Amino acid sequence: MIRVVLPAHLRILARVTGEVQLDVAGDATQRSVLDALETRYPALSGTIRDQVTGQRRPFVRFFACEQDLSHEPPDTPLPAAIASGVEPFLIIGAIAGG
Amino acid sequence: MSKVRVLVGTRKGAFVLTADGKREQWDVSGPHFGGWEMYHIKGSPADPNRLYASQSTGWYGQLIQRSNDGGQTWEPVGNKFVYDGIPGTHQWYDGTPHPWEFKRVWHLEPSLTDPDTVYAGVEDAGLFRSTDAGQTWQELAGLRGHGSGPHWQPGAGGLCLHTIILDPADPQRIYIAISAAGAFRTDDGGQTWRPINRGLYSKYIPDPTAEVGHCVHHVAMHPSRPGVLFMQKHWDVMRSVDAGDSWQRISGNLPVDFGFAIDVHAHEPETVYVVPIKSDSEHYPPEGKLRVYRSRTGGNEWEPLSHGLPQRDCYVNVLRDAMAVDSLDACGVYFGTTGGQVYCSADGGDHWAPIVRDLPAVLSVEVQTLL
Repeated sequence: MIRVVLPAHLRILARVTGEVQLDVAGDATQRSVLDALETRYPALSGTIRDQVTGQRRPFVRFFACEQDLSHEPPDTPLPAAIASGVEPFLIIGAIAGG
Repeated sequence: MSKVRVLVGTRKGAFVLTADGKREQWDVSGPHFGGWEMYHIKGSPADPNRLYASQSTGWYGQLIQRSNDGGQTWEPVGNKFVYDGIPGTHQWYDGTPHPWEFKRVWHLEPSLTDPDTVYAGVEDAGLFRSTDAGQTWQELAGLRGHGSGPHWQPGAGGLCLHTIILDPADPQRIYIAISAAGAFRTDDGGQTWRPINRGLYSKYIPDPTAEVGHCVHHVAMHPSRPGVLFMQKHWDVMRSVDAGDSWQRISGNLPVDFGFAIDVHAHEPETVYVVPIKSDSEHYPPEGKLRVYRSRTGGNEWEPLSHGLPQRDCYVNVLRDAMAVDSLDACGVYFGTTGGQVYCSADGGDHWAPIVRDLPAVLSVEVQTLL
């Protein structure tokens, strides 16, 4: 079970409050977590990563275990603490703009 | 009793303003989608409870929202806008080739007859259509595939397709406009397109009479005379009486013929409204006086309308999609400003009053007349 924390705007869009808990088949990676997230909440498709290229949107970052994982390849296994649900996978909207 | 519903898109959310036919007491609903840029919201002429809204931010991209109950509840629908085939390139600001990249939806135009069919004008300039109420989108690629596409260049706001006009007399005919490529028309339902810019003169491009490259800001049409078009260009207000095949300048006695918004009275097809704006770089009303100009003669002869509008220290802008008219017997005219005001005139422009004064910057205003 993977715990995911969404930014406020995406929680509203997905109509959830608090953390999202996902079952992910196989290794927990950025790609598999986002695949599971978008399957459960189709309204989030395209808001975190491009629907065609799969690239992370420029003002979105992925943090976990006090690390910035945004620039890790999407198929790199996430830290064990994420895969086991001890720590959440944080999807962050950059603090920018007006 | 008749009602009006005003759909307002702003930089930080959408607002729905409703009133009875007197248009004096207003109910304000919103913000909907607070914090998001709402470029455009428009209702279906075939089912006024069916609304479509363009929602976006630089953080989370583009969403399309649909309402089936007149804006009380909304649901996100399809937001996958993929250009047909290999997108190719247009020109960048510096004149170099630049790949076509989807950025946002500027304008949504529901079909005149089918609530489930809606067109989307997007940046980088392209025209998409959904026939399943917004769930999926397909590009009408004949427009972008027009031979001039590689020469299109963005205006200051981006290479945006911002105007879509459906001809009520001919379902195969659609007009669109792009900044800064110009106006185009299809007569076969969107398969093939032709530029309709003959008569436009733009001294800011290398060939002032070029077939494409003109910064058309907005185009308006009266539904009873679909071959007559009115255009607010970067400079110049223009008119065509032959479906865009040729254009004549009708700026006449306007204090300045730069502006963004233009619209036509609901019952008088020769009565046209514009809001002159000082430019090139200021983009606020001349002399700090917010004035709508009205021509009752299809252009050339214009009168300022200022009763109820600020006549000193006013430095707002009125953007291209931020003016609309209702179709009540006494035609209502509406516009929104970048200062967050939405003004209404219930008498064709003679007298104005603010409906709201302090919204975020207004990007678009549409009106539904509900019987």
